[in-house]
Amino acid sequence: MVERETLLGRVVPHVVLLVGVCIVAFPVYLALLASTYDAATVQNGQMSLLPGSQMLENYERIIFSGARATTREPVGTMLLNSFLMALIIALGKIAISLISAYAIVFFRFPFRMAAFWLIFVTLMLPVEVRIYPTYKIVADLGLLDTYTGLTLPLIASATATLLFRQFFMTVPEELVEASKIDGAGPVRFFKDTLLPLSITTMAALFVIQFIYGWNQYLWPLLITTRDNMQTIVIGIKKMIVTQDALTEWQLAMATAVLALLPPVLVVVLMQKLFVKGLVETEK
Amino acid sequence: MERRALFGGKVLPYSLLLPQFAIVVVFFYVPAVQAVWQSMLMQDAFGISTEFVWFENYTILAANPEYYRTMGTTAVFSVLVAFLSLSSGLLLAVMADKQIKGATIYKTMLIWPYAVAPAVAGVLWLFMFQPSLGMLAKALRSWGIDWNPLLNGNHAMILVVLAATWKQISYNFLFFLAGLAAIPKSVIEAAAIDGARPMRRFWTIVFPLLSPTAFFLLTVNIVYVFFDTFGIIDSVTSGGPAGNTTTMVYKVYADGKLGSDLGGSAAQSVVLMAIVIALTAVQFKFVERRVQY
Amino acid sequence: MASVVLESVRKVYAGGVEAVKGISLTIPDGNFTVLLGPSGCGKSTLLRMIAGLEEISGGTVSIGGRTVNDVEPSERDIAMVFQNYALYPHMSVYDNMAYGLRNRGTPKDEIARRVADAARLLAIEPYLKRKPRALSGGQRQRVAMGRAIVREPAAFLFDEPLSNLDAKLRVQMRLEIRKLHNRLKATSIFVTHDQVEAMTLADQVVVMNGGRIEQVGTPLDIYRAPSSKFVATFIGSPAMNLVSGTVVSSDEVALADGSRLRFDAAIYAPGKGAKVEVGLRPEEAKVESAPGPQLPKLLCDVTEELGATRLLHGTLAGEAFVLALPSDAADPGRTIPVSASPANVHLFDVESGRSLRRSADV
Repeated sequence: MVERETLLGRVVPHVVLLVGVCIVAFPVYLALLASTYDAATVQNGQMSLLPGSQMLENYERIIFSGARATTREPVGTMLLNSFLMALIIALGKIAISLISAYAIVFFRFPFRMAAFWLIFVTLMLPVEVRIYPTYKIVADLGLLDTYTGLTLPLIASATATLLFRQFFMTVPEELVEASKIDGAGPVRFFKDTLLPLSITTMAALFVIQFIYGWNQYLWPLLITTRDNMQTIVIGIKKMIVTQDALTEWQLAMATAVLALLPPVLVVVLMQKLFVKGLVETEK
Repeated sequence: MERRALFGGKVLPYSLLLPQFAIVVVFFYVPAVQAVWQSMLMQDAFGISTEFVWFENYTILAANPEYYRTMGTTAVFSVLVAFLSLSSGLLLAVMADKQIKGATIYKTMLIWPYAVAPAVAGVLWLFMFQPSLGMLAKALRSWGIDWNPLLNGNHAMILVVLAATWKQISYNFLFFLAGLAAIPKSVIEAAAIDGARPMRRFWTIVFPLLSPTAFFLLTVNIVYVFFDTFGIIDSVTSGGPAGNTTTMVYKVYADGKLGSDLGGSAAQSVVLMAIVIALTAVQFKFVERRVQY
Repeated sequence: MASVVLESVRKVYAGGVEAVKGISLTIPDGNFTVLLGPSGCGKSTLLRMIAGLEEISGGTVSIGGRTVNDVEPSERDIAMVFQNYALYPHMSVYDNMAYGLRNRGTPKDEIARRVADAARLLAIEPYLKRKPRALSGGQRQRVAMGRAIVREPAAFLFDEPLSNLDAKLRVQMRLEIRKLHNRLKATSIFVTHDQVEAMTLADQVVVMNGGRIEQVGTPLDIYRAPSSKFVATFIGSPAMNLVSGTVVSSDEVALADGSRLRFDAAIYAPGKGAKVEVGLRPEEAKVESAPGPQLPKLLCDVTEELGATRLLHGTLAGEAFVLALPSDAADPGRTIPVSASPANVHLFDVESGRSLRRSADV
């Protein structure tokens, strides 16, 4: 209570935060609204701020049959693709980062620091700067329009490796010594001691990487050519035909809602892990 | 980072590193080197023969006024998004840091846009400001503003800036909130006893103590604007109208996509790489400074 | 300088927890008062209410005759030294000390003079240009004190300022704080859970427990005439022994094993047959050379050698008991006949734990 409890001091934070929350929520609310109206109402800009009556029809149509104008792929398939991509990327990143960080922190071998730097430098090579050569490699390997091609190049992650490295450094050395005295080798130590200790870190990382994977845009845009390999984030963009009055906005907005719902739910429901993951990956 | 208690052996650690290495080499280092190599090659108009031209692609790039325009667009875009999202994130964090009822609910209600894909965020904003049917576009028209982001470059820029800012506020909010929580309460109390009124306290104590967080966020925001906003730009404007919202990353994509100028596109990639490396270096300097407080 | 007067001060938190339950206390001008108690006893909350960092739920706080309940911390004319020092990490030592004066619009040369004086007094002149992170714990502590001194406040408030220092430095700073007080003669309120700090620093000790005052008095009063079992066992190390007994005559109490101890009838007048708890300090229990039929016996099972004293742990009349002897005393064996001067035997009510003195409020 450093400040006196004035009425103004009490009200201002609430007002500012409420305005903030409204601004943040408004675009999504509008999308939600649009997804409950019929095409004509939306097309003519006659939506009100209250929901319409077409919600079930719109969502049913989009999930099971898809939009008319461009892609005919049902959004259900896209959701499945997005989900698989996010899951594979998140789990894959955790798995390979976990073991490589384990090697770097707990072993001494020639070129250990070189190995560390080799991974570290990839931080400076985001997919956007090496995009066509990477595309060509994936194409040459025959991985276009496959889940492998979609996910494998995104699985290597310096951030995840650095995060595990940082966490492993906080594991007391006495624990390794105690395990050695108890007769545990490196594999046992990893399985029985390190893995159980890393659960929270892995969970936090999973939350962040799932969102990262779900929201990928540029890479799937290049790698997927067949409609049935499309992710929902790509699918929604293809439903918008900027110059064309044919855009079915009510369906596009229903798709937008479906596209943002899973990652947003992950953030809201696993807020603690999300915050932990976000703050720690940036250290 | 040296540790005493370590395991020996060579086969195990190398095989543990193998999966990561295989991916990193095949999908990171080889393409990066190829990008550099490609940037020194030039194809003829029919794509039949390829010639090694040293730095000609770069000199062409350096002489291209369009490329400078792209740089200018990127700069304007970055400055606006970074300024808007940092300042509103800070304002909201300062308010949420006060001990008020429902602070945790506000927090939840403010952080979720982080999870929205940039492309989806772009579509949401496009829908609101779509000139013929967007709810806010209609409001603007009724106030006499001839709003049309599909034709007017400034309007298009405003729209992508708003969408990009909207998505980034939650990130900045969260980090500023953590930064505020890390300031010992007793330091604020000491300042109150030392006679500093709330505003003065904010500018002389809180803000200086937040500056490491702010610097860190600035570099992160710039990286975000450079790379992660690709989805926003592609879904809202596709770089248009007339290239008014084409950022450097978007140009790499667009030039390469048409397939006509792979060398020029690669040269642009290399320029971008240099920028990322510089940003990372700057970030590390500030991260080190941050540890000292 | 000014006196600080608390009248029925209460603190109730939003959740309904009452941290301070009606405290009235006068701290005279120039007095060094120590608020002593275990953690959670409300002592820090009380100090923070005096400082204005915590809202006062009931009662009044006045400083120098002015009620300050609704006065901003900065207008209360107090200075505070925090447990973690709360130095401004981004300012130099000089700026840390000058900040409060600048906020008050003190002229520049006046600030320079006061900071120089305080720096000389605290021997921190060489560090004025440094940032806090470049200082050791003891130096930071001095800067925190300097920041308080330059303000020349009506009262100094200390919130466990020595608890972050290592043992050696703590003893040294304790002495310096007392010396400083002797020079400046400023009204000071010092919160601690360390009885040694309280005994060595205070003019007046206020022992607190569960949001209430247990006893107020000089350090010696508190040691010699504890007003309750709580105070008796909180002050003194090792803690006072407590053994249950029954009053058998106007100056004798019988323990469970039938042995007896004499008390001073001029101090205590318990009813005959009353159940009491008998208190005896380890350093005030005496070893008798020969066993007597009515002398309590300590059955010693462990001995701790501390260098200057030796502690004999065991049971007496079936209850845990400690006896402190000078190390050069002869080994008394395993079964030790114990006695005490009647003036050193304390009696407490079994139910309330209050002392059974004739004027227990002393």
